[in-house]
Amino acid sequence: MDLLRFATAGSVDDGKSTLIGRLLYDSKSVFQDQLESVERTSADRGDDYTNLALLTDGLRAEREQGITIDVAYRYFSTPVRSFIVADTPGHVQYTRNMVTGASTADLALVLVDARKGVIEQTRRHASLSALLRVPHLVLAVNKMDLVGWDQAVFDGIVADFTQFASDLSLDLPRVTAIPLSALHGGNVVERAAETPWYTGPTLLEHLEQVDVVRDEAHARSARFPVQYVIRPMSTERPDYRGYAGTLSAGRLRPGDAVVVLPSGRTTTVAGIDTFDGELDEALPGQAVTVRLADEVDVSRGDLLAAADDAPTPVSTFAATVCWMTDAPLVPGRRLLVKHTTRTVKAIVTEVQDRLDVTTLAHEPVPSLQLNDIGRVTVRSASPLVLDPYVVDRRTGAFILIDEASGATVGAGMVAG
Amino acid sequence: MTATKAQLDQLDVLEAEAVHVMREVAAEFERPALLFSGGKDSIVMLRLAEKAFWPARLPFPLVHVDTGHNFDEVLAFRDQRAEELQARLVVAKVQDDIDAGRVVEVPGGLRNPLQTTTLLRAIEEGRYDAVFGGARRDEEKARAKERFFSFRDAFGQWDPKNQRPELWDLYNGRHNPGEHIRVFPLSNWTELDVWRYIAREGIEVPSLYYAHEREVFERDGMLLGVTPVSQPREGETVTTRTVRYRTVGDASCTGAVASPAATPLEVVEEVATTRITERGATRADDRASEAAMEDRKKEGYF
Ligand SMILES: Nc1nc2c(ncn2[C@@H]2O[C@H](COP(=O)(O)OP(=O)(O)O)[C@@H](O)[C@H]2O)c(=O)[nH]1
Repeated sequence: MDLLRFATAGSVDDGKSTLIGRLLYDSKSVFQDQLESVERTSADRGDDYTNLALLTDGLRAEREQGITIDVAYRYFSTPVRSFIVADTPGHVQYTRNMVTGASTADLALVLVDARKGVIEQTRRHASLSALLRVPHLVLAVNKMDLVGWDQAVFDGIVADFTQFASDLSLDLPRVTAIPLSALHGGNVVERAAETPWYTGPTLLEHLEQVDVVRDEAHARSARFPVQYVIRPMSTERPDYRGYAGTLSAGRLRPGDAVVVLPSGRTTTVAGIDTFDGELDEALPGQAVTVRLADEVDVSRGDLLAAADDAPTPVSTFAATVCWMTDAPLVPGRRLLVKHTTRTVKAIVTEVQDRLDVTTLAHEPVPSLQLNDIGRVTVRSASPLVLDPYVVDRRTGAFILIDEASGATVGAGMVAG
Repeated sequence: MTATKAQLDQLDVLEAEAVHVMREVAAEFERPALLFSGGKDSIVMLRLAEKAFWPARLPFPLVHVDTGHNFDEVLAFRDQRAEELQARLVVAKVQDDIDAGRVVEVPGGLRNPLQTTTLLRAIEEGRYDAVFGGARRDEEKARAKERFFSFRDAFGQWDPKNQRPELWDLYNGRHNPGEHIRVFPLSNWTELDVWRYIAREGIEVPSLYYAHEREVFERDGMLLGVTPVSQPREGETVTTRTVRYRTVGDASCTGAVASPAATPLEVVEEVATTRITERGATRADDRASEAAMEDRKKEGYF
């Protein structure tokens, strides 16, 4: 059994909460007591049907105001796959939530209301998914019951979306459009009798079948950010020294030549240890401990990279940043950059432009405001070992931290 | 040598994620601690910590908030695990806070809400700057919004509307002296994942989790065991039934469920088909209101 992480996005009232509630309910992931609590609340509020949206509205403020204020995570599984859903709110001002949810997603589920079609929010969500390089996108055309399950409406929306994606040359390799009704359940888990013209999968079938794209990470050169140095200093292992971390890309085997960056010393992998035994190969995503053949100086924040294909450490680089706090990002701003396991002081030397996420047009701006996405230049106090984000979603990503408040104020993607 | 895996399965992915989080904490914090109660989630978390730092010992102590209402067997299990791992175990007792007058016990009331004071005291006394908890997002609605790294102010409070965005696998543990971070390595695990992992790894848990015969009585639709802190009231009849516990917290408010599941695999089977959440089935404290957990968490609860 494997795991699929997906993020949902849609405007307010497109039916996102109802859809997630429906997925949980129809896949029998809703427990009796949760359902009873939702039924009670529904009845208290005078809803004339059980409001499945309540299943996903976690906090009191949200229940009271009937809105979703923050990313919430949901879990359900079927006999073939487990799912983690990042439920992100659709308000314009919450770009940061969508970016957060998309950062770890294998798939983005973008909702549109069949009566409204592709609107500005849809474009925004599709662009953000492309920008964050979410491998799959599902265009869920919801409320089909309200347009009489009309194929022409669906086809029109799909055509609009395809046109928009190609106009913007969005990098969206795998798009699947599905006509559905979250409220009545058609084409969510069960096939809708009203859509004989639709031959594709139901939403759940698609979620179960879509390939979890890990092969790309397997095929790349090895990248191993060192997290922690393990030195037991015990009587059995007085001299043991292992470098603990998670292999972010490629495969690593004993005997592989690696370079320690940023220092540039080369050595070979002597062994790969885990609690469960030594490995003859580590896969991307695996948390292991690497022993090296030579006594080289390695510490947290260093990167072990395949010796024949290693990035060059840099101190100045271009990146796309999503700004996540009220005070604008202006040139000259000092921040901390956390990139893989290395945190360094840095200055944003230049704010180049702002991206209009609905048109992908770049417009020159003096600063980035909350929820703006734009291109900047960063200078770091010590070298960073970066890959372009388009190549690697791990070694190409960083966060920006405000040193005084400790808050996470931005998310960055290294330019290609 | 362990043979190469073709692909990581779901439990491998969850395990790697948790190990990664624990190593981040060990590397970035000065004084972490791990909350260990002897319950199944904290047992799994402890195993993950073992995996994260092997072959070294745990680089942090274990802390238990003892309500005084714990099952003896669970306490014995707790002590045994700490000893096996040669880990330091710090026990903070709710009774001490009651005796000192820092909290007032309502007669016949639940002790769970009182734990917050004891937990915060333990954190202050130990000067812990990061505290691992075994909470999972699937347990409860308010928890669905928790971060892996959850910032707490000097009063231990959680501000759900003002949380740090958490992107990729980049966790932000910045804090000032007096503040701390709660860390939840099992955030993405479900009850079923925990049991599948226990079965797969052959992890030992207190036998209360498996079917056994026990004297129980029914209260508020729950089966409560007869213990010094949970005695039948008038009109409540005691019967002997085959039960097991889904959670093993406070004996005075944690119910058992009628169940024949006697092995990890049978429990996996049962959890996969059960229709009631573990808290709904067995925790009187969470039933108090729709927002009971949210309120307790804001005050500094786990
Ligand atoms: N007719 C119809 N109504 C729907 C459908 N999906 C959602 N709704 C309704 O649309 C409204 C907004 O749904 P909700 O799930 O709260 O939207 P959210 O803001 O995107 O989470 C509610 O009144 C739902 O009952 C659908 O497929 N058909």
